[in-house]
Amino acid sequence: MTLFILCFLLFLVGIHGVLTRRNLIKVVISLTVMEFSIFLMLALIGYISGAEAPILGSEMVSGAPVVDPLPQAMVLTAIVIALATNAMLLTIAIRLYKKYGTFDIRRINELKG
Amino acid sequence: MEVMLSIIICFMIIAAIVAIHARDLLSAIIAQGFVGYGLVICFLILKAPDLAIVQIVVETITLIIMVAVVLDSSRLELNVSFDRRKGGTTAVTFIFIIVLLVYFNRAISGLSKFGEHTLRMSEAYVTDAASQTGSLNLVTGILWDFRGYDTLGEATVLFTAAIGVLTILRLTGKK
Repeated sequence: MTLFILCFLLFLVGIHGVLTRRNLIKVVISLTVMEFSIFLMLALIGYISGAEAPILGSEMVSGAPVVDPLPQAMVLTAIVIALATNAMLLTIAIRLYKKYGTFDIRRINELKG
Repeated sequence: MEVMLSIIICFMIIAAIVAIHARDLLSAIIAQGFVGYGLVICFLILKAPDLAIVQIVVETITLIIMVAVVLDSSRLELNVSFDRRKGGTTAVTFIFIIVLLVYFNRAISGLSKFGEHTLRMSEAYVTDAASQTGSLNLVTGILWDFRGYDTLGEATVLFTAAIGVLTILRLTGKK
């Protein structure tokens, strides 16, 4: 339960950064922190105490159960997609910098053309 | 076990706060890398070696891209003191956090406690994966066999993102 709450706190730090920062790079960093907290949450949900990693072999001998492999598979997909979206966001940020000469989203709002 | 995880997550929270408030963008990126590699250690403790491997690769690539972007532009954090809409932003943040707290409370009451998860849907995967897919690694078996279309979609997203990055970098904008 404490772990879930700590995970939620990490998410809140991320959302605070997204809403209050005015620098595009800081916004991307905050989004990444939010993504990390969600990955961690899913991995925490799938954990079974005393279980082994979901690779068959030695567990069959020891008789211990394995942790839930389904959230892990989903998180694996999500991590790769997060990399793709991050690369895309950073590319757009660098293009905006080349055009306007700043990462400040307030000034980018004001400049037209 | 739980104590170790809690300490690492606390460090990750501190690193995230440092990353958000750093004056220099390069140090913000390094602090964000601390969060990412802390996540790798959490995955290792949570018995998810595949996730740890993928996360360490992805985190390194993200760090390299971010450092390249920052070194190609400006490293200075903006001056945030003269923000006209600062009060409004803080109010919006508080409203968001309260709404999220309500939903978090609801969601958390439906979950089983940490470490007492029961296999429901993945029971079939765990028992049949070795005989049906021939893969001893259950995560690989699920990703490449039971949920192969998911992986196909993931590859499509990656491909589209790569095309998008190349297109945006090649465009010559309106002067």
